[in-house]
Amino acid sequence: MRFVFDEDASAFRAAVRDLLDKECGPADVRAAWDSDAGFSAARWKQLAEMGVVGLTIAEADGGLGLDETGLVLLLEEAGRVALPEPLIETTAVGAPLLQALAPDRLAGVASGDTVVTVGLSHCPAVSGAAGADLLVLERDGALHAVAAPDVDLTPVESVDHGRRLARVDFAPAAATVIAAGDEARAAVALAFDRYAWASSAVLCGLADRMLELAAEYAKQRHQFGVPIGSFQAVKHKLADALVKLDFARPVVHRAAFSIARDDPDRAVHVSMAKAYASEAADLAARAALQVHGAIGYTWEHDLHLFMKKAWALGAAWGDAAWHRRRVADAVLPRLPR
Amino acid sequence: MALDLTFTEDEEAFRAEARVWLEANVPAQPLASFDTREGFEQHRAWERTLHDAGWAVVSWPVEYGGRGVNLVEWLIFEEEYYRAGAPGRVGQNGLFLLGPTLMDFGTPDQKARFLPRMARADDIWCQGWSEPDAGSDLAGIRSRAQLDGDHYMLSGQKTWCSRGAFADWMFGLFRTDPAAERHRGLTMILVPLDLPGVTVRPIAQLDGETGFAEVFLEDVRVPVDQRLGEEHKGWNVAMATAGFERGVSLRSPGRFMATAARLIDQWRERPDETLRDDVVAGWMDAEAYRLHNYATVSRLMAGGTIGAESSVNKIFWSEMDLHLQSTALRLLGQDAEVDGNRWLDGFLFALSGPIYAGTNEVQRNVIAERVLGLPRSAG
Ligand SMILES: Cc1cc2nc3c(=O)[nH]c(=O)nc-3n(C[C@H](O)[C@H](O)[C@H](O)COP(=O)(O)OP(=O)(O)OC[C@H]3O[C@@H](n4cnc5c(N)ncnc54)[C@H](O)[C@@H]3O)c2cc1C
Repeated sequence: MRFVFDEDASAFRAAVRDLLDKECGPADVRAAWDSDAGFSAARWKQLAEMGVVGLTIAEADGGLGLDETGLVLLLEEAGRVALPEPLIETTAVGAPLLQALAPDRLAGVASGDTVVTVGLSHCPAVSGAAGADLLVLERDGALHAVAAPDVDLTPVESVDHGRRLARVDFAPAAATVIAAGDEARAAVALAFDRYAWASSAVLCGLADRMLELAAEYAKQRHQFGVPIGSFQAVKHKLADALVKLDFARPVVHRAAFSIARDDPDRAVHVSMAKAYASEAADLAARAALQVHGAIGYTWEHDLHLFMKKAWALGAAWGDAAWHRRRVADAVLPRLPR
Repeated sequence: MALDLTFTEDEEAFRAEARVWLEANVPAQPLASFDTREGFEQHRAWERTLHDAGWAVVSWPVEYGGRGVNLVEWLIFEEEYYRAGAPGRVGQNGLFLLGPTLMDFGTPDQKARFLPRMARADDIWCQGWSEPDAGSDLAGIRSRAQLDGDHYMLSGQKTWCSRGAFADWMFGLFRTDPAAERHRGLTMILVPLDLPGVTVRPIAQLDGETGFAEVFLEDVRVPVDQRLGEEHKGWNVAMATAGFERGVSLRSPGRFMATAARLIDQWRERPDETLRDDVVAGWMDAEAYRLHNYATVSRLMAGGTIGAESSVNKIFWSEMDLHLQSTALRLLGQDAEVDGNRWLDGFLFALSGPIYAGTNEVQRNVIAERVLGLPRSAG
């Protein structure tokens, strides 16, 4: 048992934080919201050059050949800056799925030229669809890989404008199938868990950043002649949110390990991660908004960029209550009806 | 070495050894409450049994009665201990709080003198920090220790000393420099409770048993070599102790995992659909607490330290315990009020969790000020 990340992982995280601090400030997130694709192709390329985009792809296919335990800290970093790029869709979910089922379709993914997203029936509005070059889509129990020109998109507006949800239509054909039957079922279940887990990691980063913003503001904003951060009502609200976050992180890290090792309890571990992280981000968002007062309630202030991603990801891929139910179904016996 | 959440063969073997011994040796009938004289001595006898088999303080060095295992193995032992339904640790304030502090701050003589006897339960220790006017504001301590040649003369009053009614020794915080401001001028002193001038008055707790005590000191003479750490530096020593208490040692996950497992059993016996989410949330919290503790000890083993984060831990375990116990009582429905049910004692004890070891309000202040960097407030 060694529940601590090694120096390589910490160094990689620090390097990614450096890059994102420079390249993905709130103004950059706003620019992505206003763009066609919903993200910056240039920043995606920079992430690819660092190895982040292809992290989960085998070295033979141009990636780093790492697993979820190598990705989890970088997803937290993505959350800290509300990264608009499709790190969840491509790196956490799409790439490992293609690696297992259709490695020949991985061309250009690690280099950042081919953006991948995965649409599962569980969540009919596919995230990152507008900017994707290759879409893996579940349809009638099979998985299909379809290139962007062969799909029709009907945009669905998300509270997080960077998500670019869309309903996707395409013509299923024998040539588009990459998995069917049991193989497809298992791949869909795994992709779902990867989505839920990766969202959890991003949610932890979002919560961390929102608490940081709130603490900074509480030090600087004065009322009644003192910094508002000296009021206990403010302190205790932020402290409670920090406790929630601190206990969410190890649960999310354990889920990363369980996915990487194909643990038989993977689903329970992922559900715990999503339940804790969704609640931690929700609590951090509420605390941060309250501490900011009216300024936090404006479009102009940056807080909403983070809150909205937190709300979107908290609801996507099963919210906290849904995931607690999934744990309960595994841990408690069902009642006779 | 990369993240690895599987137990090694050695760790699994250690777990198996502990499990086998505990299954064979844990008393079949629960002991009487250690808050009674009879129960206290039964628990002391159990501590001896544990010690003689090498299980009293597994993470301590062998020379002091331990087996020198690492902190991961200590967590494993704790899981097995509570899983086996073994008795509560009557010596806990000594074993888990004073013990680690002695190892950090004690002289070689003090370690050799106190640790092996503590491990064997020859001496059972209580903690004498709180005073009638020094609770959350611990730096307001007024009990005096005056240097008089090679002795300190102690006078004053300590209160809320857990298991103080029957304990042998007390580790107390005393004011050595009355001119110094607040937390400067305090000193940690080790006091045998059978000395002339010491009066121990038991106090009945919420459950009616004498779980804690007041300790009155009138001109009690204690040799200088029973001072722990430097004179006037007792606050630093106490904060190290409190760090152990809140952070890792006092409430290991095994205890709450066992409670969560019992809660699930209770659910199976009397399922109530409206409480399903509360039951599973409690079980998940115990799991999350376990993971958090493995992460903390892994960090410590890799050379890290534990600071104000220990306050985060303290809030979590105390609120979790209350949630687990009160959810179980709600599952009992109207039997919840019936004395002697399986949960009432645990619930009553859990109610004190947010108060002792520094109240949760004070912990929230610590988190806000030391982790989030918010300015200190007046109160
Ligand atoms: C079961 C039990 C066992 C104990 N065992 C021991 C022991 O073995 N040894 C020992 O020395 N002590 C022990 N204590 C005492 C314990 O440490 C104190 O009760 C605790 O520190 C609080 O002090 P107090 O009771 O005087 O409450 P007070 O400090 O008077 O607090 C009363 C209320 O005011 C709140 N409050 C106080 N200050 C602040 C602030 N700055 N900000 C916000 N809220 C505040 C508190 O949170 C609390 O809700 C034990 C207590 C209990 C209940």
